[in-house]
Amino acid sequence: MTVRLIKNNNETVLLFSSVEDQIDDASCQEILDYLRNKKPKVVYAESKQQQFDTSLNAELFSWYQKICDLQLDFNLKRLPKNARELLNLAMKPANTPPQQSVKKVSQLERLGKFGYDVFLQVKKATDFVKSSFVSLGRFINGKAIYRKKDFWFIFEDCSYKAIGITSLVSFLVGLILAFVGAMQLRTFGAGIYVASMVALGMTRIMAAIMVGIIMAGRTGSSYAATLGTMQVNEEIDALKTLGIKVTDYLVTPRLVSLILTIPFLTLLADALGILGGTVVGVGFLGISPTTYYEYSFKALKLTNILVGLLHSLVYGFIIAISGCYEGLNAGRDADAVGKATTSAVVVSLVWMIVATGILTVILEVLHI
Amino acid sequence: MTKEIINVKNLRVAYGDFVLFDDINFTVNEKDVFIIMGASGCGKSSMLRVLTGLVTPVRGQVLIDGEDFAQATPEQKIDIMKGCGVMYQGGALFSSMTLKENVAMPLDLYSNYSPKEIDEIASYKLALTGLHGFDDFYPSEISGGMKKRAALARALALDPKILYCDEPSAGLDPISSKRLDDLIQELNQSLGTTFVIVTHELQSIFNIGTNSIYLDNKTKNITGRGNPNDLLKNPPNDNIREFLTRGTNK
Repeated sequence: MTVRLIKNNNETVLLFSSVEDQIDDASCQEILDYLRNKKPKVVYAESKQQQFDTSLNAELFSWYQKICDLQLDFNLKRLPKNARELLNLAMKPANTPPQQSVKKVSQLERLGKFGYDVFLQVKKATDFVKSSFVSLGRFINGKAIYRKKDFWFIFEDCSYKAIGITSLVSFLVGLILAFVGAMQLRTFGAGIYVASMVALGMTRIMAAIMVGIIMAGRTGSSYAATLGTMQVNEEIDALKTLGIKVTDYLVTPRLVSLILTIPFLTLLADALGILGGTVVGVGFLGISPTTYYEYSFKALKLTNILVGLLHSLVYGFIIAISGCYEGLNAGRDADAVGKATTSAVVVSLVWMIVATGILTVILEVLHI
Repeated sequence: MTKEIINVKNLRVAYGDFVLFDDINFTVNEKDVFIIMGASGCGKSSMLRVLTGLVTPVRGQVLIDGEDFAQATPEQKIDIMKGCGVMYQGGALFSSMTLKENVAMPLDLYSNYSPKEIDEIASYKLALTGLHGFDDFYPSEISGGMKKRAALARALALDPKILYCDEPSAGLDPISSKRLDDLIQELNQSLGTTFVIVTHELQSIFNIGTNSIYLDNKTKNITGRGNPNDLLKNPPNDNIREFLTRGTNK
């Protein structure tokens, strides 16, 4: 469609027509500049067409707004009745007008608001952790309200259903760890110590970290997605109005399931990591299986296994809390559920690293 | 002279052994505001799903402008549906898009307009539905009534000949509901669009309906048809009388 400006003796007319060519920005600006400078009393809209299609109606609507902005009188009397009616309908004021320009705020105000928002977020998260602990206590005392069927379903999901992926990843991590170590150790004839390195590395930290990462990706994200979808469907609101504590009903079963299963998955990962190392030690370095296991068992200490399990317990707690927190605080649309899921994984991983750092320092101070 | 735009013939819809309706026949004329009404569970929304191609009937024809939609191939259905708009009960707006992007989406997919034109048309459609100035708002930032209006704007994007609305007034307060009814009426008159509306809101039925059918959940068939106000005056059976006079002393 196109728009042409016609200047008659006493009249300024905008002629609308549906043709293949489109009015370019320069011509449009030219017309606007003319109208701005000349300020005609009335601008007449005209068309030789009796039927306006959507694009011509949209163009007319756009020009109506531009001319109104110039505070000129836009006369539509010469347009077909249908086009006039539709334009009037489009120009009806909204029942709830959109909010006008947002108030400008200074940098200092913005900084203050940011600080306050961070404080509120931290407080909200701390309150959530606190109430989760209280619910955990109620669960242990048998006072928490939850569905046993749901609990076993969640338990099942993070127990034997996670064995496959955990086993595969741990085996490969043991294999890679041994391979990378072997390359270095072999250069000064200490290849045999690959066994000790893998056993120590896997049991003390690597297995727990790998299980943590896997569980954050598969279970933490699933917690966030499930609870986020419940939020969208107003199920969380329904629970609240029924007087059921959300942390009792939704968080505790997930938290307990993960805390109970993650140490066992870590023990499994320890074993499979060592097996992965054995494949490299025996197959690549030519160490006999007996010798390899002899060195592995020498390096294995109960303290290291317990340190690994302690890490896994902390990771389990972090993953469950992050997943549930993000899910319960998700927005009410599909996009928000996606964001909550991503957030759950990212937050879990960040806090796992922070927790590892803190635990390492504490264990170092305690000489464990 | 009125022209038939939808013609449903001998329609039978079933889910396995469960028969939802059998031997349904009705026609919708061009520029009608056609109401499909009935008590909850009578299959109003399922009828709409059949008309919009989401459910394939076991038997029968759904002729849209003479073309059999019910037995069409998926490609043919897409072509026929380009001439139809659907406004879902909850709006079904895409949450990650602004209102303007929501309205522009069908234009992007199916029209040959330039991006600038699409932008202008999307703004115009939003203005037509009373959402002028809300172009850059996200669905989560507007009220339920406005979501319905935005959904209507999106349904109107491709200038459909037929616009299907599933419970347009559901969940709205009486004022918003009245405004939406007025809007549908204005659009029907100025654009000439045929509206097929599934609803059980009496006020909407009497205010905007020019023709209707009543689906009965016991007989699984149409037990009343015609202008809703005429049906109110001469109800063909007790169920329809009860349905149309509920909340009144008639």
